Amino acid sequence: MNNTMIYMKDIIKFYNTGTVKVKALKGIDLDIKGGEFVSIVGPSGSGKSTLMNIAGCLDVPTGGEYILDGESVENLEPNELAEIRNKKVGFVFQNFNLLSYATAFENVELPLVFANIPAKKRRERAAELLDRVGLGDRMDHRPNELSGGEMQRVAIARSLANKPRLILADEPTGNLDSKSGGGIIDLFEELWNAGSTILMITHDQTIAKRTNRVVKLKDGLIVSSLENGNGNH
Amino acid sequence: MLNIALVFKMFWRELRAQKKRMFLTILGIIWGTMSITMLLAFGDGLRSQLNKNQKGMGEGIMIIWGGQTSMPYKGLPRGRPIRFEKDVVDFLKKRIPEIEMIGGEYTRWGQSVANKNKMFNRMVNGVYPEYETMRNMIPEMGGRFINQLDLDLKRRVVFLGNELADDLFGAKTPREEIVGQSIEINGMKFTVIGVLKKKMQMGMYSGPDWNRAVIPATTFHSIYGHRYYHNLVVKPHDVNRTEFVEGRMIEELSGKYKFNPEDESTIHVWNFIENVKTFNNVMLGMQIFFGLIGGLTLLVAGVGVANIMYVAVKERTTEIGIKMALGAKRFQVMAQFMLEALLIAFIGGAIGILLSVIITKTLGALEFDNEALQWLGKPNISTTIAIVTASILGMIGIVSGFFPSRKAASVNPVESLRYE
Repeated sequence: MNNTMIYMKDIIKFYNTGTVKVKALKGIDLDIKGGEFVSIVGPSGSGKSTLMNIAGCLDVPTGGEYILDGESVENLEPNELAEIRNKKVGFVFQNFNLLSYATAFENVELPLVFANIPAKKRRERAAELLDRVGLGDRMDHRPNELSGGEMQRVAIARSLANKPRLILADEPTGNLDSKSGGGIIDLFEELWNAGSTILMITHDQTIAKRTNRVVKLKDGLIVSSLENGNGNH
Repeated sequence: MLNIALVFKMFWRELRAQKKRMFLTILGIIWGTMSITMLLAFGDGLRSQLNKNQKGMGEGIMIIWGGQTSMPYKGLPRGRPIRFEKDVVDFLKKRIPEIEMIGGEYTRWGQSVANKNKMFNRMVNGVYPEYETMRNMIPEMGGRFINQLDLDLKRRVVFLGNELADDLFGAKTPREEIVGQSIEINGMKFTVIGVLKKKMQMGMYSGPDWNRAVIPATTFHSIYGHRYYHNLVVKPHDVNRTEFVEGRMIEELSGKYKFNPEDESTIHVWNFIENVKTFNNVMLGMQIFFGLIGGLTLLVAGVGVANIMYVAVKERTTEIGIKMALGAKRFQVMAQFMLEALLIAFIGGAIGILLSVIITKTLGALEFDNEALQWLGKPNISTTIAIVTASILGMIGIVSGFFPSRKAASVNPVESLRYE
C-alpha cells in the first residue's frame, strides 16, 4: 500500500468574498501514501477545511496540481467530480450532516443509491456497514433518536458505503464528549488497521498522536509534517 | 438511480414543513385543472348538443332551389327563371349515380289547417317517402310517414309537425289518439297518419318542421296543380363526395335548362355537409379557446408550484450539499425537486379531475326544463380532454420543477455545508 493516494503540488485557493480576496491556501505541497492515517492540525482559519474539501473534490483549487489515487482531477466536469466523491472518497463531518428525516439505514444507503447499486445489494451493504459500526440494532432510527456518537457512527458507515480509497474526516469528534469521541477514534483506527487511507482534521493533540503523521497548517501553508513513529502499516 | 421511498419521504417532510403554502399551491393546481377540464367538458357538451340539433334537419343532405339566369346563354336572354319540373328527379338520379336519394318538395304557405273550431295558417308540403329519411321526419309511436301507396292512390293523408299537432289537438292529447283523426286543409278532409317526433332543429328553410303539414306529393299536385317543385332534397351516397355531386348537378341542370354553368344565380344550393364542416371548425376553434383559458389558469397555478419549489431549494441547501458530498450527480440532485413538483401537479391534478368528473356526472344526471340550460348540453369529459389535461399538467409540473431544480444543482456544496 505504498502508492501515492494524495499528491498535491503548489495548491492555492483564493476566495472572493465581496471586495476582499481571501487567500485560504497559498501553495500546499502534500504527499500522502495509501494506508496512511494523517491528522491535520492548525489554528482556525489556517485553511484546514479548504484543504480537506479540495482533497475530497468537493471544491476545486484556484491553482496547482492535484492527483488523487493516480488520477488528475484538473479540468473535470462537475458530474465527474461527483463520481469521484461517490466512489473514491468518504466524508465524515463534525456536525455529522445526516439527512434528518431519513433513517440511519437510509442515510447509509444514499451513496449507494447515487452509485446506481441495485436495491437488494445496497440493502445488504447498508445493513453490513451499520453492523460494523455497532448500530445493527438501530437501523430504523432517525438521527434525532440517536446520540451524537451514534450519529457519527452512522456518518462513518455512510462514508464507507462505496468502499472508498480515501476517508476524509473534518473534526469528527468536535461535537462529541470525550468518551464517545474516543470510540469514534477507535473506529477510525480500526479502519486504518484494515488498510484505509484517512485524512483527519483535529484540534485534539491526543487524537493527533494516535495517527501516523501530523501535518501542521498555518496561514494557508504547511509549516510541519511530522511522523509519529507508529505508522508501520 | 433513485430511492423512491426517500423521494416521497422528503416530499412528505416538505409537505408538513410548509403546510399552508403547500395547501394553497395544490389548491391552485386543483382550481386550474378544474377550470380546464370543466371548460373543455362544457365545450364538448355544447358541441354534441348543437350537433344533435343540427342533424334535426337531416344528415348529409343538400337543398337545391332554382333561381333565374343573370347571363344570356346560347341565344337565351337573362332573367329567365329556372324551375324544377317533376321529371328532373329521375333525370338527375339517372345521370348522377353518386346520388343515393333525391326528392322534390312542393310548398304552399298560408294554408288553413283546421280541427273543428281551431284554425291556423300553416305551410303545407307535398313530398315523397324518401323525405322521411333524408329530413329526419321520424313519427311518434303509433304513427307513420307518407308511403308509396299514399302517393299512388293520391290519398288525403297528412303528417303533422309536433307543434302544429299541439295547436290542433292540445298538447295533452296522446299522439296515438291523434293518429286516425280528421283535420281540414283548405276545407278538404285529411286523415292524420303520424305526428313528428319532437326534435331539436337548428337549420331550417321555408319554416320549421314542427309547424308543417306534410302530404303526399301526388295529392298536393292534384289539389294545387303546381307544375314546379319548390326545391329538391338530395342525399349523396358518400358525404365526402357532396361537392362533386353538387358540381355534377349544376352541370347536368345547365344542360337540361340551358343556362351558363358559371351563372351563380341560377341554382342555389344549401350544402348542409359544408355547413357541418364549418360548424365543426367553429366548435374546434371554440374548444381551443376554452382550452387556452383553462390552460392559462393552470399556468398561473404552475407559477405557484415553481415558487414553492424555489423556496424548498433555498431552505434545503444543506440537504443538497450533503447529497453532493456523497456524490450525487447533477440530475440526481435535480430529480428530487423535479419529482416533488410533478407530485404536486399530480396530486392537484388528480383531485381536480376527480372533482370535475363528479360535477359533470352530477350535472349530466340532472334534467333541466330551462331551455337555456338545455342548450348548455351535457358536459362531457372525454378521453381526449383527460389526455389534454394530463399532458398540460405534466408539462407544467416539468417546467415549474425544472428551473428550481436547476438552481438546486448549482448550489455550492462547500458553502451549503458551512451553514450549520
